[in-house]
Amino acid sequence: MTLLDDSHDQTLTLPVTHDRRPGSTPATLVADGVSAWFGDHQVLEDVSLTMPARRVTALIGPSGCGKSTFLRILNRMHELVPGAALAGEVRLDGEDIYDPARRPIESRRRIGMVFQKANPFPTMSIHDNVLAGLALTGRRLRGRDADDLVEHSLRSAGLWDEVRTRLDAPGASLSGGQQQRLCIARALSVRPDVLLMDEPCSALDPTSTRRVEETIRAIAGEVTVVIVTHNMHQAHRVSDRCAFFLAAEGQPGYIVEQGETDDIFERPQDTRTADYVNGRFG
Amino acid sequence: MSAVAPARPSAVRRTLTTRPTAQDVGFVAAARSAAVSTLVIMGLIGIFLLIGAWPALHSQGWHFLTTTEWLPETGTFGIASLLWGTILVGLFALCVAVPLGFGAALFISEYAPRSLKGPLVTLVDLMAAVPSIVYAMWALFFLQAHMLTIAQWLSVHFGPMLPFLRVQTPDSPSSYTSSAFIAGVAVGVVVLPTVTSIMREVFAQAPIGEREGAIALGATHCGMIRTVVIPFGRAGIVGGIMLGLGRALGETIVVYAIISPAFGLTTRPLQSGTNTIASHIASRYSESNGVALSGLLGAGLVLFLFTLVVNTLAGVVVSRSRSGASTEI
Repeated sequence: MTLLDDSHDQTLTLPVTHDRRPGSTPATLVADGVSAWFGDHQVLEDVSLTMPARRVTALIGPSGCGKSTFLRILNRMHELVPGAALAGEVRLDGEDIYDPARRPIESRRRIGMVFQKANPFPTMSIHDNVLAGLALTGRRLRGRDADDLVEHSLRSAGLWDEVRTRLDAPGASLSGGQQQRLCIARALSVRPDVLLMDEPCSALDPTSTRRVEETIRAIAGEVTVVIVTHNMHQAHRVSDRCAFFLAAEGQPGYIVEQGETDDIFERPQDTRTADYVNGRFG
Repeated sequence: MSAVAPARPSAVRRTLTTRPTAQDVGFVAAARSAAVSTLVIMGLIGIFLLIGAWPALHSQGWHFLTTTEWLPETGTFGIASLLWGTILVGLFALCVAVPLGFGAALFISEYAPRSLKGPLVTLVDLMAAVPSIVYAMWALFFLQAHMLTIAQWLSVHFGPMLPFLRVQTPDSPSSYTSSAFIAGVAVGVVVLPTVTSIMREVFAQAPIGEREGAIALGATHCGMIRTVVIPFGRAGIVGGIMLGLGRALGETIVVYAIISPAFGLTTRPLQSGTNTIASHIASRYSESNGVALSGLLGAGLVLFLFTLVVNTLAGVVVSRSRSGASTEI
């Protein structure tokens, strides 16, 4: 826990930068006292978590403990669900993304997301899928610049070598694992500061999973990654820090323990954490 | 061991059979005969029309399709002007129904709050259930009076540039009554719920995963609709338009109430007087016999085939789902 406090202090000492040059911002994400509801049903209670810049934070815990809801709160996807509400603050480099003066789309442009189920635009070509984020936000690249960005994004996502000869093929022509990496490339092409991943490998075979995990490690130096996973080995392999969520039956979820991944897996402070990471429940 | 193993006898394929219960057999037979009977009824209608129309088709030959007059007493009659009027009315109907239906469908599926969505869907379905005669009365006693002003405005302001908007006496409102334009607008209102309903259904099916994918990339709601919903719903948009056209071509009572029958290939749809196949049949069948009645049946046959083709094409387009390119893993 001291480690957390240290890093928290560190983020507080960071100057609030107004330099929005892509890839250059520190990109620390801080959730502060976050609670969430769907209608009258509370799903999260007072969750505070710091996700340090350019490191991988894994959110682990049994099903139904609010991990995915928490993740969706981090880029304002939560509010798309009718009846969704929340309390608390989510700060990206000190600025509350729920500030009424900020438009949700601005936050989402800086905080990208990869979903559990790969969702490329199926009829769009691989090339256009990668550039879709730019097109959707009213930015256009032409010719060589566009091709360079496509190549760079696909390389970052570890997909370039497999698709370089068929960039005009539709997104849906790829295998499941390739589609997921295409989605990662698509999310990276807008140069987000943070990338959220909601169980990105749960529908993939072991080989594809390994490729995606390699991708996560490779991009971790460029963007802050927050990943929800049910796979303890995966959490151990890819993350620098971990937060263990838990919810009693019918009760809102909360964080039991958080800290460096090695500490969570090897020296957990809470017996429930120890039980969970060792596969004794959940 | 393997060296001395005897050659395997070649495998004999077994016949795989299932033995349905008597209940299954009975149910399938009933369902199948119901399905077949719709096809049979359809075929019988076509055969009936063909037999009935034969004397007229035989006497007129291809002229039946190219003659504009309808003078069965003198032996010259054809459906060229009726076909032209039918297409004109259909096109005007689409001009009204497509933009309105598209907008309404997008609003209901994408923008309407949940509390409003259900009632709106029901309302559109109810609109489709209102009998045409009600629309016909509304169009005759209310819509026409208001459309006259619009027709006159169009003709006076744009007529000098666009010849097809001219009428013979632009200053007299009566020049604009009973026109293909007004009938088309009224028919457009009649087919609007059909168009809206089909488009809304396909828009609502746009996958949530792709919608969220676009939004998570920072798309505006409008950008998400352009990137995900409309490309996904393209087949439904085309299908909705064609099904609307199919209904518009066959709409009878609304056209019958509004138009004053005129024969000739009018190039002035704002001008009073036109005719459509359906309306012509409705207005003439009680006074026709012999070859004249046969001619009406021939006109009916052409309409039958025409709408059959349009609706079949619509069905093909709508059913051509995106399954080949779906995101299923």
